[in-house]
Amino acid sequence: MIEALWGLLPLLAGLGFVLGRRRAEQLAAEGDVSLNSLPQHYGQFVLLWAAGPPLALLLLWALSGGTIVEGWAAASLDASGLLGVDQRADHVLSEVRGGLSSLDGAALSEAHAHVERTLDRARQVLGLSVAAGFALLAAGGLSWARSRVTPGLRARNRVESALRAGLFLSSCVAIATTIGIVGSLLFEAIRFFGLVSPAEFFFGTEWSPQTALRADQVGSSGAFGAVPVFAGTLLITGIAMAISIPVGLMAAIQLAFYAGDRARAWVKPLLEVIAGIPTVVWGAFAALVLGPRIRVIGESLGLDVASESALAAGLVMGVMIVPFVSSLSDDALNAVPRSMLEGSLAMGATLSETIRKVMVPAALPGIVGAFLLAVSRAIGETMIVVMAAGQAARLTANPFEAVTTVTVQIMMLLVGDQEFDSAKTLAAFALGLTLFFVTLALNLAALSFVRRFREQYD
Amino acid sequence: MKTKMQTDGLDVFYGEKQALFGVDLQIGANEVTALIGPSGCGKSTYLRCLNRMNDVVPGCRVSGRVTLDGEDVYDPRLDVVKLRARVGMVFQKPNPFPKSIYENVAYGPRIHGITHDRDELDALVRDSLRRAGLLEEVEDRLNEPGTSLSGGQQQRLCIARAIAVSPEVILMDEPCSALDPIATARVEELIDELRAQFTIVIVTHSMQQAARVSQRTAFFHLGRIVEEGETTKIFTNPDQERTQDYITGRFG
Repeated sequence: MIEALWGLLPLLAGLGFVLGRRRAEQLAAEGDVSLNSLPQHYGQFVLLWAAGPPLALLLLWALSGGTIVEGWAAASLDASGLLGVDQRADHVLSEVRGGLSSLDGAALSEAHAHVERTLDRARQVLGLSVAAGFALLAAGGLSWARSRVTPGLRARNRVESALRAGLFLSSCVAIATTIGIVGSLLFEAIRFFGLVSPAEFFFGTEWSPQTALRADQVGSSGAFGAVPVFAGTLLITGIAMAISIPVGLMAAIQLAFYAGDRARAWVKPLLEVIAGIPTVVWGAFAALVLGPRIRVIGESLGLDVASESALAAGLVMGVMIVPFVSSLSDDALNAVPRSMLEGSLAMGATLSETIRKVMVPAALPGIVGAFLLAVSRAIGETMIVVMAAGQAARLTANPFEAVTTVTVQIMMLLVGDQEFDSAKTLAAFALGLTLFFVTLALNLAALSFVRRFREQYD
Repeated sequence: MKTKMQTDGLDVFYGEKQALFGVDLQIGANEVTALIGPSGCGKSTYLRCLNRMNDVVPGCRVSGRVTLDGEDVYDPRLDVVKLRARVGMVFQKPNPFPKSIYENVAYGPRIHGITHDRDELDALVRDSLRRAGLLEEVEDRLNEPGTSLSGGQQQRLCIARAIAVSPEVILMDEPCSALDPIATARVEELIDELRAQFTIVIVTHSMQQAARVSQRTAFFHLGRIVEEGETTKIFTNPDQERTQDYITGRFG
């Protein structure tokens, strides 16, 4: 029923607009006064009042309706005295929610039946009242706004401020989501540190996050030293950056200064196609093609190489990131005024001197931004590492060995059936939180670097 | 008049479009030569042929002869880097590099290896700034970015940057068009002083400026030179009616 109300919203909006505009046109036609705004602004004004409050009501219901209904049912169950000694209201509720129904012929307790009935009733009653509220708000808003339509109403400014409020709310969504994510990471990480000491997590060198399923199980008490995991991330990111930064920057310079218009026209889209290849495909390439080849080459040189190695994952990741670096750096270089280029050439500098001494320093903030994006891509990359670098948490700086990264471990911890209160699951949050702060620190450092060395032009 | 640079039958094409038609002009040493004419008449194009800045324009083709002290500027064996060290340029809009004032002036000497140690470079930077009439104003802030200066100061910084490599010729492409009248007056004074050491070619839209700073004037129209000669003659008693019309403001 409530879903149907969503369908009514556009109709309501259209009606409000038409009524508002017609009213304004009427006013303009009958009086010799001139309207403050154009007729369509009055239409938009009435539209906002007719559709805005009902929309807010529906959103409120969508966000909290379920909780209210269930709260009602739980309270009514508690009050009914139907609960058996070994039953708890929230368990009964979740069983009913889980689809345990009288239709299955399962033996239902009185409590279950009561909950089912109350839920139905609550949905009905609340649904009806929401519908009534919707109608009231719509009719009230529409008629009130229409009555406000007078020549003196500054409808244009009103609509403008409503739009501004809308834009502000949109930007709040992103910020609120981020705060929510950080909050949940923080909260769960604190629970984790209640089970495992921070000292072990931050300084321990052994990572084997198995916990016992039952309290009496032998062994596998789990080790949560995160150092090898972070070392793995550092190693693979380092390898990827060693490839993507120089190659990407040089590709950008080639594109921006040496390539002809025609080469540019097909190389740039091609690079963007590379950026669009799913990471699973890169991972498969790294694991099945590059890994074994690196192993063969390494063995012919007398090196001991695992077929899943940090090098294979890092190399492929580096190549994958090249288009990001080159495309963004190319944009930054192109944004430097051409007069800089000409000024330097006219001084008798060669093109490469000009690029090194004038153009790259001038584009530095943008280029560092590109590097940063590349680093965060590399740190966040999971698929390639799972497939090509193995899952063994080993503390090593040897790129020929298998390593694992923070993101891979977060994934491994959360794959499969989970208990939500075991140290194993909560460790994912601790890893996530640490990663968040590391990248945040990285961003801040780069930002201050850019500020200090920013060379102004114009 | 001792000729410093000379063009014979200079044609320039941008793609299919011809911008200059057989331009013959002699540029006298230690003189200021003004190139005047309505927009799009080819005077900037001409200027940019003298230090081969047209090389970087895609689709630009140059034929004819340009010489500097009798040497062919477009000789394939000629090093364009050396040419531009001898023929410097100042642009329409001040374009200091995104570096400090000091580094802006030191840029040319550094890339051409003109000085041998830090003291020599310091001396050269200060001397160039002084000759550009800027030293007093920036003496105590040589490490501030060149872009922190006012427009007129930036343009004089660009002139200091150009003279730091001791060129023989300085090309100026409407150097005052982005400046206010007071800054313009300073730059014009400067041009007059610099004439003692350098040969100067200046493109300008301002008839008064051409009359004030130049000894010789060439009037361009539709890619051809209509008339050239001593500035006093061009402005008082031109041979061509079109020149007369232009300088009296009847067209252009």
